[in-house]
Order: sequence, then C-alpha cells, then structure tokens
Amino acid sequence: MTKRVPSAAILFPIILAAQAVAQSPPVFPQRSPAAPAVVARGAALYSVHCNFCHGSDARGGEGGPNLLRSELVLNDQKGELMFPVVENGRGEMPKINLTRGQVSDIAAFVHSFEVGGYDVSRMVPLSILVGDAKAGEAVFKARCASCHSAMGDLKGIALKIPDPKALQNNFLMPTRSGRVGSVLNVPATTVTVTDGAGRKAEGTLLRIDDFIVTLRNADGEQQTFRRDGDDPKVEIHDPLKAHRDLLPVYTDREIHDLTAYLVTLK
Amino acid sequence: MRKPEKLLLAWVCLLCGLAAAQPLDPALLTKPLGESWPTYSGDYSGKRYSSLTQINPSNVRNLTLAWVSKVTPGPGGRTITGGEGSLDGSVFGGANIRASILEVNGTLYFSMPDNAWAADARDGHELWHYFWKTRGGTHIGNRGLGMWGNWLYMETPDDYLICLDARTGKERWHKEIANFNQQYFSTMAPVVIGNHVIVGTGNDLDEPGYAQARDPETGDVQWTFYTVPTKTGDAGLETWGSLDGAKHGAGNVWIPGSYDPETHLYIFGTGNPTPAYTNPASRAGDNLYTCSIVAVNVDTGKMAWYYQVNPHDTHDWDSTETPVLVDGEFNGKPRKMVVHADRNGYFYTLDRLTGEHLITGKFSRAANWAKEINGKGQPIRNPEKDSIVPGSLVSPNNGGATNWPPPSYSPDTGLFYVPTNEAYAMYYLTETDPRGAMGLGGKEEDGLGTLGSYLTAIDYKTGKVVWSHRYPGTGGSLGNGILTTAGKLLFAGDLGGNLVAYDPANGKILWHTHLGQVSNAPETYSLDQHQYILVAAGDTLYAFTLY
Repeated sequence: MTKRVPSAAILFPIILAAQAVAQSPPVFPQRSPAAPAVVARGAALYSVHCNFCHGSDARGGEGGPNLLRSELVLNDQKGELMFPVVENGRGEMPKINLTRGQVSDIAAFVHSFEVGGYDVSRMVPLSILVGDAKAGEAVFKARCASCHSAMGDLKGIALKIPDPKALQNNFLMPTRSGRVGSVLNVPATTVTVTDGAGRKAEGTLLRIDDFIVTLRNADGEQQTFRRDGDDPKVEIHDPLKAHRDLLPVYTDREIHDLTAYLVTLK
Repeated sequence: MRKPEKLLLAWVCLLCGLAAAQPLDPALLTKPLGESWPTYSGDYSGKRYSSLTQINPSNVRNLTLAWVSKVTPGPGGRTITGGEGSLDGSVFGGANIRASILEVNGTLYFSMPDNAWAADARDGHELWHYFWKTRGGTHIGNRGLGMWGNWLYMETPDDYLICLDARTGKERWHKEIANFNQQYFSTMAPVVIGNHVIVGTGNDLDEPGYAQARDPETGDVQWTFYTVPTKTGDAGLETWGSLDGAKHGAGNVWIPGSYDPETHLYIFGTGNPTPAYTNPASRAGDNLYTCSIVAVNVDTGKMAWYYQVNPHDTHDWDSTETPVLVDGEFNGKPRKMVVHADRNGYFYTLDRLTGEHLITGKFSRAANWAKEINGKGQPIRNPEKDSIVPGSLVSPNNGGATNWPPPSYSPDTGLFYVPTNEAYAMYYLTETDPRGAMGLGGKEEDGLGTLGSYLTAIDYKTGKVVWSHRYPGTGGSLGNGILTTAGKLLFAGDLGGNLVAYDPANGKILWHTHLGQVSNAPETYSLDQHQYILVAAGDTLYAFTLY
C-alpha cells in the first residue's frame, strides 16, 4: 500500500476550494514521471516493437488492444507485469526478444500517457462547419426573421462571435453571461405580478417558486410577494421563449445550415 | 486494572452501547416500511412508501420543526479516524448529505463521502462520527449505509468496504472491493439481504462493472456478478464487437437494487457502456448487460433474467435508477411487477418473475434520441443523435430526464412518482479516431437550458403521465427524490429549496417550508408515538413532527 501523496493531490484541494462545486476531479494513482531520457529510450523501442499492434498512442491498433486501460498495465509500476507477457507472448501476441531493462523503458513510455476519459490534449479543434449557407439563409427567413435581421441586430455577428461553435450554441440558446453574453446583451427575464385589486408590480425576475416571487423594480428595489396558487397573478416574460420553443422543432440539418449562413454575416 | 474494575467498565460500556444503539432485527427488513428506516429505500421494495398515517392531509398544515442538527465532515474533535490514505477528503465535494439515512431503534445513521455519523433520532445530537483518510478517487457522493445486527457498512471513494460498530462508530475491519489502480470509485449504499452484504462500484475508465456479495462478519467475497462479458464463452459476448470491447464495457452498479423475498431475486439497474459517447468497432452491438434491469439470485449471484432498457447507449445514460417492486393489477389480473423510470426519458413495466416486458411509456416529451420502439419495447437509438462533429441537438442532456434520486410508488394511487427534467444539449464529437476515446471522453456537451422541470406521476399500467407539477421559472434541474405515505401524502424537495407536501392523487400542494436547499429524498419514522419527517439540506438535518 503506497503512502505517497500523488503530486496532483496537492494541487486539487486548492483548485476545488476555488471552484466550490459539488463534484471534484478524480484523484487516481499517478506514477512519478520517469526521466525524459528513459521515456525517450522506451518510445524508440515501442515504435519498433509495439507500435504496429498497439498504436503510436498506446490506444490500440492493428489487432492489439488499448494498453492504457488494460488491467495489467494499470497495475504495472515499472514493467514488472509487462515483462512476462513480452517474454512469453500472450494470445495472438508473439514473444518478443527484449531484455527486462528494455521492457522497463517501454513501461516508462506507456506510463507517460495521461490515463483518464477526459484528456484535453486529444480534444483537437474540429471544424463544425458542414452546412449549406444558402439553405441556412432560407432557414433564417423561416425561423428567425420575425425577430432578427441580418442587416440589423445581427449585422457583423460573425465578427463579434468568431468561433462557429459558440455562434451555433448561442443562436440556439443565447447566453447572458461571459464574453459572448456581453456581445449579445440578452435582456433579462421579467415578471408582472397583479393582485386581486388589479395593482401591478413589474421588474426583473430574481427568484420564483410555488410560494414566493421576487423582482427588482425600475427603482432598483427588490419586492417579494407571497404566492398562493393563482393569487396574485404572475406572468413571466421570457425573452428567450422563441428560442426555447424552437428546441423541439429544429432538425440538426437546419442547425448546421443556419450556422453556415450566420458565419457569413461579417 | 483489577478484575472488578474491568467488569464494571465492561458493564458501563455495555450500558452506553444499549443507550446509544440496539441491533437491527433482520425481520424488520422484510416488513412493509413503517416505524424504522433500516435499509437504503426503507424496505426492500424500493417503493419508499411508508405505512405511517399520523401525519395526513387533515393535519399536515400543523407540521412543525422538531429539531435541526448540523454536522462537520473531516477529522478533528472526538472524531474516530481510519483510512489507508493520507488525504483529508473533507475538502472534496463539499459538505452535502445526499444519502439515504437509516433509522433503527431511535438512532440515525448517515454519511457523506469518507464520513459516517450516528445521531439521536429524538433531537439529532451526534453520538459518534467516523472519518476515513482517503487515497483519493472520485468523491461524487455517498448513497448511504447498510446495517446487519450491530454492524454498519460504508463504501469509500477509494474502494473500501468499511464495517463499523453501530454502537460506538469504531471500525471492525475494512476490505478493498475494487482495484483503485483501475480507477474504480465506490459510492453505493451497501444493501444487506440475509447474510449477504451487496456492494457495487463506479468507474469512468472502461473497466467492467459488477455487483458483489460479501460476508457480513468477515467481508469476504461470496459471489461476483459481472455486468459485461469478461471472458470467452460468457453470455452476451455476441452483443459486442470484441471480447476486449466487452470487458472494457463498464455497466457499473452504483445504486442499490430491490429485493423480492419470495423469489430471492435481487433486481438492480446497470450503468452505461463505455466508451460512452463513441462507437468503436469493439462495442458494435447491443452491449449486454449494460443499461439493463438484471435479476440475480441473491444466494448464488446467478442471473435469472434481464431486460435491456437502452440497447447500445451513446449518451452516458446509466440505467441505475431504482427498480421498484409493484404488486398490482395488470390487464385485469394480479401481477408481480418491477417498474423503472430511466435517465433516457422512458418508463418500463416488467414482470418481475420472468422479466417479460409489459409496458414502455415516454415520460419526457422532449426526448428525441430514439427512432422507434421495437417489438420488445426497447427504444432504438437514432445514430444521427449520437455525438457528431458539427453537433447534434439532443434531449435529455447528460444529466438525464431523471437520474438516481429516488422515485416512489404509492399503492393507494397506483402511481409512480419521479423527478424529471426536459433539458437539451448540443453533443459534439471531439475524438474522431474510433480507437481513441476512453470512458466519458471524446465529446463536448453544451447545455441549452430546459423546457421545464417537474414532479411527474406515471400510471404503471399504461406508462402514461397522469399528472405533473411544473416547477415555476425558466431554469431547471432534477429534484432529489420522493417519499409517499399511507397518510396520503407525498413529500419532495422542490427546486427553490422548499420541502413540500403534495396530495399524491393530483399534485395539489398541502404544506411547505423553506430550508434553502433539500439535498436528499425525504424519509419518515416513528418514535414515542410521534411520526417524524426527516430531510437533509447540505450539512444539516431537519426533522418535522406534530405536537
């Protein structure tokens, strides 16, 4: 049983304290990194003897399984479990003539990969632009033009939001926060509260459940009203309602075409 | 120490023990849920329906606070500390009781990751606190404790099963139940059935899922049931592209199942296949027994039947949501059934003796990922709604139309109650190399908001939604679970931090109190002729009663 504190474990509490989220990143056993020269020797040997079957990234190749998620490799520390397999072969894998020290070097290379489902180094940016801009323009006329105009409020939108993925996500459901939010300047959800005598209070919706509604009125004051069923009458004005109502309606084709059109609005 | 002193000390210890806690009578576990709450769902049926009637629609408006009790996780003070690691896990995950709470003979037993407590059920004062120094692992939650006689059982994120003495909180032993190097983490509430402690684990790195029975005295393994094929000749291997794909296919078991004492069947849901979001050739096929309801004989661990609710899942929609045992009428005849509302937006009624499919219903109007329901009642995925490079617009989001927070069933109404959410997300594929993704990797999910969140009531005979209560506002998430009672009440936390009592027949609101948050499913027990309603809100327990 190792008592060593993984280096990542020292960092995570600090990150967590900052995030204050209910979910923490996994802290699973990490091996101390081997010396770069050892990893380089292992990489050279791996490329000659292992690469073809197990892939240059050790995630599997022509016939050989992914090594990173292999039970044997996960339990191996310095090649001690890998060596008998290399020495004797296993299943379709032939025996390979390598010394214990060479396998130890290969192990150092294999263990140098990050092991986990999320690996940001593999999240290469891919172009999401597959749609047809002309078809997208037709979708725009049908779905969007009653509220928006390419020459009006959306003029130059592709310059303001240059990332097509951010543009796509935000025409689907505009965000109110962050950099894109400040570009879009989406109005807040408002609420009108009307009592039995017809007196109205209006303002930005701050909080609502079945028992309370709180708003901030034009004077900047917070007003809270007790709710009892339909008394008082509460009407929520969601500026994104049209976007929300379209979510069950869009086809993915329409979404991709619309994105292809919107990126032309420069 | 001289002999008489030793004897006196032994007597004092025994008396302290008696005052603090008494052993759990195993007969309690097979009785309908009433005065106590001795296992995860209260009783083995998973219904979370209590026979208590003292609190009812005629008096619920007088329900009042009995006590409040706040706990502090982590080491310090009189805390008993154990553990194989060196990490102070109290910093992980925040202080949040999401677990089921046991109530046995006037004592409450509850948990957070790495922490277990006993408290007096009459006023909530702490009797003991146990803290486990962890090696690490995913600290996403702990679903509660199991109990057998005087012994309590808890799983830890770094894959131990710990046995504690319920009278003192002192550790008796701990056993490793999964391989930490393979990135397993363990959250499930152990369930004690006869002389079996059933455990399960989680894993986000393609390692095989399993349910396992252990000896309650020693912790030794009695049987292991893998939810995916792990060797040549295993059943279900034909539903995978390769053996290597199958044995790295996940299907983790992280929520307790239900148990039918008549048939000795332990019935539980299994997790999603992995890689969760991609379609490597190695996982071509239906991927048995992931996303399935599985019935195993509790004495042997042998499978009696299975029903796969979601063949070849591609959205990480675990089917671990509690399967609930219902004895009722179906097509005019009495029938023993099991019902299940899935993260994928569909509801299922099965015959629990045979696994025969009876009903599939759709409780999420937004769910748009299936192209058809096949002859077996299984929704079949539309591959165009997998994660794709330009993005696909899918409901549910990864959180699901529902999730593990416990549902409830009331025999009074014949309705099944479940927290639901109609959220959408764009699912982008970020790993185009079919070999490349592992676990939950290979995609980016961007949330787009929700059409609404609901408390939903479903008729098990038709699979149709009978009523739903929409939580006001434009945001949404899932509630934390539901309790129904023979007092004709339904208790659940809402999204605004209220504990609410509803009429289970129609969703009418009868009582509420604002706690700021509700973090677990409400429970009930009876002591000194008083019925209590118990709920957790983060690091604090609240109990309500009538005076």
